[in-house]
Amino acid sequence: MIANSLFMYITVAMILFSIGLLGVISRKNIFVIYMSIELMLNAINLIFIALSNYHHDMGGQVLAMFVIAIAAAEAGVFLSLIIVLYRRKKTLDSDIFRTLSQKEAV
Amino acid sequence: MSVILAFIVLAPLLSSVLIGLLYMFSITKKPLRKRWFTIPALFAPFISFVLGLSGFLYVAKYDIPLHFQPYLWLGVGEYKIYMGFLGDKLSLFMVLFITFVGWLIHLYATSYMSEDKGYGKFFFYFNLFLSSMLLLVLADGPLIMFIGWEGVGLCSYLLISFYFQDNANVVAGNKAFIVNRVGDLGFLIGLAILFFYCSDAGFSYATIAAKISTMPLWLMELVGIALFIGAMGKSAQIPLYVWLPDAMAGPTPVSALIHAATMVTAGVYMVARFAFLYELIPTIGLFIAYIGAFSALFAAIIATKQSDIKKILAYSTMSQLGYMFIAVGLGAYSSALFHVFTHAFFKALLFMGAGAVIVALHHEQNIFKMGKMRHVTPVVYMSMLIATLAISGIPPFAGFFSKDEILLVAFSSGEYVIWGIAVCSAVLTAYYMFRLFFVVFEGKNIKHAHHPHDVSWVMKAPLVILAIGSLCAGFVGLPSLLGGSHLIGTWLGEWGMRAVHVSHETEWWLLALNVAISLLGIGIAYKKFSAYDFSKHQEVTKGVVYNKFYVDEVYDFLFVRSIKKLSEFFAVNLDVNIVDRFIMGLSYGVIKLGHLVALVQNAHVRLYALIMMLGISAASCYLIYVLG
Repeated sequence: MIANSLFMYITVAMILFSIGLLGVISRKNIFVIYMSIELMLNAINLIFIALSNYHHDMGGQVLAMFVIAIAAAEAGVFLSLIIVLYRRKKTLDSDIFRTLSQKEAV
Repeated sequence: MSVILAFIVLAPLLSSVLIGLLYMFSITKKPLRKRWFTIPALFAPFISFVLGLSGFLYVAKYDIPLHFQPYLWLGVGEYKIYMGFLGDKLSLFMVLFITFVGWLIHLYATSYMSEDKGYGKFFFYFNLFLSSMLLLVLADGPLIMFIGWEGVGLCSYLLISFYFQDNANVVAGNKAFIVNRVGDLGFLIGLAILFFYCSDAGFSYATIAAKISTMPLWLMELVGIALFIGAMGKSAQIPLYVWLPDAMAGPTPVSALIHAATMVTAGVYMVARFAFLYELIPTIGLFIAYIGAFSALFAAIIATKQSDIKKILAYSTMSQLGYMFIAVGLGAYSSALFHVFTHAFFKALLFMGAGAVIVALHHEQNIFKMGKMRHVTPVVYMSMLIATLAISGIPPFAGFFSKDEILLVAFSSGEYVIWGIAVCSAVLTAYYMFRLFFVVFEGKNIKHAHHPHDVSWVMKAPLVILAIGSLCAGFVGLPSLLGGSHLIGTWLGEWGMRAVHVSHETEWWLLALNVAISLLGIGIAYKKFSAYDFSKHQEVTKGVVYNKFYVDEVYDFLFVRSIKKLSEFFAVNLDVNIVDRFIMGLSYGVIKLGHLVALVQNAHVRLYALIMMLGISAASCYLIYVLG
């Protein structure tokens, strides 16, 4: 029963992660990319907590708390970066920002 | 007592360092007076001479060789090579006349070089030269000897190209250095083989001599030849003699030092030092004797046509060295060293006399532009006459006794070919030396470009001393035939003479013959040059002999140019076309590859994310399925 429910948790986490990955790869809007990254982080968190519960080990939950805390900090940095980027080019299309590419450099 | 051996070497070394530092000071800070250089330069060889003499007397009194090992020079595991000095009868005998004649040459040089800007530098090299030679002679093993051997080569290079402003002198110095390197390679090969077979927790003459008989005969012969190649280079024998005539580019005292007391006698000394080896391989000895004989004749022939006073003397040195090698090759080491001894006196005298004439004529070296010097420099005239008689082999001058002894050895050991060649060379020697003498001192109707002047007494005093030496040195080795006891032969007992298997009557005949052939040579020279008239003369500047048998050209063609071609081939074909192309192609390929990889970095952030995820997935799969 518990094994089954673990499998369910992981399935859900995998689906969430895949949606996040798909979002990162296929969308152009930097905001959407950011949201997809958050989705992937939460999928990982879900796995941490499910496995922590399964193994009766609080380490996984502690790690999940850390991930949430770091994600919060990251949100601050990321949002401010997005604002700066927007001020530069008046757009949020990720393909526009290519100063560091080989073609631009050469 | 044995500690004096170290100081014999150290005295000139320290003074050379001192002079070098003073010279550095004088050219960078403020000029010093010449006496700052003169005093240590003259003092050091004198100390060496006094110490050498005391060591000589000690050995003469107690009859045991001095041996001094101050410190461990090289220790590799079991092998321990000590910095060692050996003062036995042979080396102390060498030290005596090296320091004595060397000191006189130093004295002479203080006057000869007095106008030169590089006065201090000159004596720095000069003392270093003497020190190297003394180290060579006093070493107790071949490795220590090799230090001196190379030091002598280095100093000769520095001194030959002393007037380095002229490119020809630099070329001459280079030639001496490079030709000596060829010989040194042979010497090193010989040492390496000896080291492999005969080093026994040490590498001195004593240990080699103790183990030499364990070597196979063919290897001993190889070592003998290899060491002799080294001697060829240092002592200017065929085929490595070409540097010696060119070495005349240096100042005249340098020529005197190289030819009389140091450097060229190193080869003879080395062969005598390895007598224990050469006695086991008489065939190689015979080979050495033949090389010596041919060198003697060859040099004598070339000398008959030269017009540069110093080159004539250079070829005469080579010729006399040939005699010495005849003697060492035939095992008569004491005869060879006797000739080295007498040669040191009269050859130093000849060079210094020539230098005096050159100075008197404002640096003119062509004998056909000299003439009439008899009246200008009577002291030089007299001393040169004595030296010329000595080298020609007229009794009772020094050269007669030693040359006679060598010819006797050649005759009595049954090598009549060598004897014949040596006799021919003796005729030529007398001829070309008196040709030089008559032209320079007796020639008539000469118009000097500058008015000649007499030279100072500082230059003439060593000439007088050496003239006395050339007159008397022969009596040291007076043979028993003439009522003497041959002090040198007795002294060098270990390197004793071969027993002479000819009757007294034959000896007398040979002696008379030697005098006769010398007189013959002088007679020819007298007939052709005694009343030499410059106004009617056309200088010969053509012919095979004048051009030294084109040996320089042949060497140039055979070695210099072929090696140049080979290096050009390597530089153009191999290096540019193959190596460079390969290397440049490699770097070009790397650059191309870099461009290819750089295409991935195209600023598509989402592509990066995909690649990253693919990578992580691949790594995860690897972790799960391969590592379990």
